[in-house]
Amino acid sequence: MQPGKRPLLVCRHCDEKAVINMRQHKLALCGPHFVEWVHKQTERFIEKYGMFTRDERVLVAVSGGKDSLALWDILLELGYRADGLYVGLGIDGGLSYSDESHRYIMEFIRARGGKLTLHTVDVAGMYGASIPDAARLTRRGREKPCSVCGLSKRHIMNRVAREGGYDVLATGHNLDDEAAVLFGNALVWSVEYLSRQGPVMPPSHPGLARKVKPLFRFYEREMAAYAIVRGIEYIYDECPHATGATTIRYKELLNQLEESSPGIKLQFMLRFLKAREQHSLFAQVREQLDLRTCPTCGQPTTNDGACSFCRMWERVNARRIEDGS
Amino acid sequence: MAEQPPNHSTPTNGDVILTYRRKTFTVAPGMSVRDAIARCGLSPEATLAVMDGELITDEVVLKAGDRVKLLGTISGG
Repeated sequence: MQPGKRPLLVCRHCDEKAVINMRQHKLALCGPHFVEWVHKQTERFIEKYGMFTRDERVLVAVSGGKDSLALWDILLELGYRADGLYVGLGIDGGLSYSDESHRYIMEFIRARGGKLTLHTVDVAGMYGASIPDAARLTRRGREKPCSVCGLSKRHIMNRVAREGGYDVLATGHNLDDEAAVLFGNALVWSVEYLSRQGPVMPPSHPGLARKVKPLFRFYEREMAAYAIVRGIEYIYDECPHATGATTIRYKELLNQLEESSPGIKLQFMLRFLKAREQHSLFAQVREQLDLRTCPTCGQPTTNDGACSFCRMWERVNARRIEDGS
Repeated sequence: MAEQPPNHSTPTNGDVILTYRRKTFTVAPGMSVRDAIARCGLSPEATLAVMDGELITDEVVLKAGDRVKLLGTISGG
């Protein structure tokens, strides 16, 4: 080694210095080869799991975070017909969190010539209250607004996908997201959720859009690296309401296991999917799911009468009238 | 390793300086990035390191005077 030089890991495909070493794949790559690898892998996952074709229209749910912006970038680079959907939640938290998120998305679009299609739904403008305000007015969100937020986002994403004539709704869930959810569901043997979790959720009701997760085999760290290498600026601050969230604790636990057993998170997810498919695990639970149609919005529900989303917003707006807000 | 407040005085040339959000850490030269991340109380599985504007791998051995920005990768709730 020359004086002053340090030994560097080099890319498997060239002599350039590596920018990432993925221990679970025993693969170190330089920036350009890492980007190429992510693109090829995403294409492979889309085909392997039958997510969508190049003729289909894809709606990408973008939050301004690394994963969703990386997903939109990858799909555009691969030549898919991908539009964006941003749901303005009205979260401030002292950080102007929602405004900042939106700013990163607009910057992403501007950096690509400004010609991308972005659907924007402002929750307060459309339904009468921001997510934090709605949470304060309902029992569902009194402890934490995350439940109100999740319910609203799922409803809105599905509605925009259906009304916009999109074939598929794509989200930026990565392997760490999916493994943490699987871990949480397995801890309490939540068979209903275990029966459904996967990279593709086919519509089980005419009012549902097909949902896909093209990044579900990438580690969260890889997606952050992709965003950095591609020069994608994203909102780095965590949602102020996510502090102490259970999912984050599960991710930290799984990362502790990953440190001593590289690849364990990926195996946990993939072997679950394989075992479920090969042994028809939870098949009976899936068949038993009885979906009805919400008379108010037309989206599916397991309730008799209005769906949880419509009930919740009905309560929020009734409370707003009572409070005069 | 010692955690410093954000506005601490300029470290000496012999230190390796790592920043993570609003915190600053110093570690001894000769340590790998992976070990330095762990010494800062962070998970190497959930942290990326950037030096001179470029990502660096965990195996890079840090030298005196290196300035490294650490980025957490966990998100969601």
